Amino acid sequence: MQLSREQLLRAYRQMKTIREFEDRLHEEIPKGLIPGFTHLYSGQEAIAVGVCENLNDSDAITSTHRGHGHCIAKGCDVKGMMAEIYGRATGLCGGKGGSMHIADLSKGMLGANGIVGGGPPLAMGASIAFRNRGKGEVAVALAGDGSCNSGPVFEAMNMAVMLNLPVIFVFENNGYSEQTAPAYAVGAGKTDMVRRAQGFGMPASKADGTDFFAVYDMTREAVERARNGGGPTALEFECLRFFGHFEGDPQKYRIKGEVEMARESMDCLKNFRKRVTEAKLLEASDLDSIDSEVLKLIDEAVAEAIAAPFPPDTDVTKNVYINY
Amino acid sequence: MAIKTYREAITEALMIEMDRDERVIVMGEDVAGGAGGSAGVRDNQNGIFGTYPQFHARYGENRFIDTPISEAAIVGAAAGAALAGLRPVVEIMFADFIGYCLDQIMNQAAKFRYMFGGTSRTPMVLRTAYGAGLSAAAQHSQAIYPIITHIPGVKVAVPSKPADVKGLMLTAIRDDDPVIFFDHKALFGVQGEVPEGDTPIPFGKGMRYREGKDATVVAIGRMVHFSEAVVDKLAKENGITCDVIDPRTTSPLDEDIILSSVEKTGRLIIVDESTPRCSVAGDISSMVAMKGFDFLDAPIELVTSAHSPVPFAPNLERAYLPSGGRIEAAIRKAVEY
Ligand SMILES: Cc1ncc(C[n+]2csc(CCOP(=O)(O)OP(=O)(O)O)c2C)c(N)n1
Repeated sequence: MQLSREQLLRAYRQMKTIREFEDRLHEEIPKGLIPGFTHLYSGQEAIAVGVCENLNDSDAITSTHRGHGHCIAKGCDVKGMMAEIYGRATGLCGGKGGSMHIADLSKGMLGANGIVGGGPPLAMGASIAFRNRGKGEVAVALAGDGSCNSGPVFEAMNMAVMLNLPVIFVFENNGYSEQTAPAYAVGAGKTDMVRRAQGFGMPASKADGTDFFAVYDMTREAVERARNGGGPTALEFECLRFFGHFEGDPQKYRIKGEVEMARESMDCLKNFRKRVTEAKLLEASDLDSIDSEVLKLIDEAVAEAIAAPFPPDTDVTKNVYINY
Repeated sequence: MAIKTYREAITEALMIEMDRDERVIVMGEDVAGGAGGSAGVRDNQNGIFGTYPQFHARYGENRFIDTPISEAAIVGAAAGAALAGLRPVVEIMFADFIGYCLDQIMNQAAKFRYMFGGTSRTPMVLRTAYGAGLSAAAQHSQAIYPIITHIPGVKVAVPSKPADVKGLMLTAIRDDDPVIFFDHKALFGVQGEVPEGDTPIPFGKGMRYREGKDATVVAIGRMVHFSEAVVDKLAKENGITCDVIDPRTTSPLDEDIILSSVEKTGRLIIVDESTPRCSVAGDISSMVAMKGFDFLDAPIELVTSAHSPVPFAPNLERAYLPSGGRIEAAIRKAVEY
């Protein structure tokens, strides 16, 4: 494990920020001030953070309808994200995008995406820009297990191999696409995401998505290969989502106890804390103080979002065309 | 007549047809739901918008098919299955996702009958939920029926009332051509009288929901409800009375009901949720300008959404959609012209 103390602290802080961000949304949504559909990422934090810890601001990611974790891991401003989710003028997209469409190009966050399978072709395209620029930047498509059944994802993987592009396709297998499990939807079973990618001729492997270190290591290898002209990689990370598909989902497709079991034994934060404290890499007190800082940040983010103004109605047609 | 919701009316029509005709199948993402899930239960949410209660139990795995997230394959499969003798109804959950399967609609299903010299039929229905109002933002809210109406070879239904949903769905499934059926996602809970039994409504026949003499309001889908409220208010408060006409299908379009109403009132206001350029509103307006020019006593008024993607923030979304205020102003402007 080559991670510095600083990196470990950062990784924990980001995972904790995602967890608190989502837990807080879960509490706030029933209060009725958050419009639209919200899909929470809780349980998958180690994937976003393990992947993005290998990236710089000049590297790009594309995301999904479940994008809050990806945004935070890529360094988006947490207060700007919260304001966006509340539909406020101070949001990262001025209240135009909401939960499903948060983007921050300055951080290489090319957008959450309401279209399943929308991201991988975009990441592949970004990697053409990176290849041509020749500075060793990489693009990462973060996508769900369900997205691997979408044609554009296949097309993107094939083109990436054909053009030997610096792009990594990450499939977060959280056990479900909406209510349908990969055991039903993904051809020959859960292993198929890896085998499919191999069929396109790229290296592909999978790991426990609740283990930050496994995600980090596997991504690191893929990123190094991409930066050095070695072409695309596909990665599959297994986990379980802690909440429903969207907030309000009655989750009748899951057995009782599935989420409790996941929270008990598949909690990436608990696992990380145990691992780093037992190995004496960090002290429990280091982590505790991060916990309280994060809580304060989320409190402030919610309070500031609620206090922020809505965008002026005249913004409706702003940015449709230049000089509209 | 029984009072039912828009959602119940859809279910009723689908059940009538599935019971009546073995060839009718339903396919889509999570139409039953729960496939492969740890609880091992199906029919657990009655489909995403609740339109398929216990369908899996009733019709079984061969006729009620959960699919992977593969829109192009779903619609292509419907076209292929239709060519091979089935009468598929497929669901594309949100109309926005038609982006992925437009080729299968536009270049495949829509073309067969004509391109094969009339030797084939493609009896399929694509059901989809469209429309703004839920802050679902730019990729989950579009009213794209004009894009589909533009394509020769498909029929397009955009019903507003529970009774119409039932009658038009019965017709859609029995029709030998591809039908794209747009349900407004903000209307599923709306109630109305629905006739019992087998009551198909022909395509290309509009409906007059209000009778008046001062102006004709042609409205589509959810905009029928918006327009009725404004028209009722104007009648009560100002004595201005209007016809409110719902074409119900945009392809074929009932030109006669619109033209005969404009002949009577001399004024036309069209209320359409889709964006204005190349829209159904624009199409009806040009039709009346061509065929009913002499009837008009005032310029035609269009009330449409803003020409922009659908915004997220609730106030922006309200500003985007035609509002009661804008509809009222357009009627007054035409009447006072
Ligand atoms: C093209 C398209 N089809 C369907 C949907 C509806 N939808 C939203 S999320 C989702 C499931 C996605 O599953 P997965 O890729 O596994 O991601 P997860 O939700 O598990 O994070 C579906 C079907 C969509 N948004 N876009």
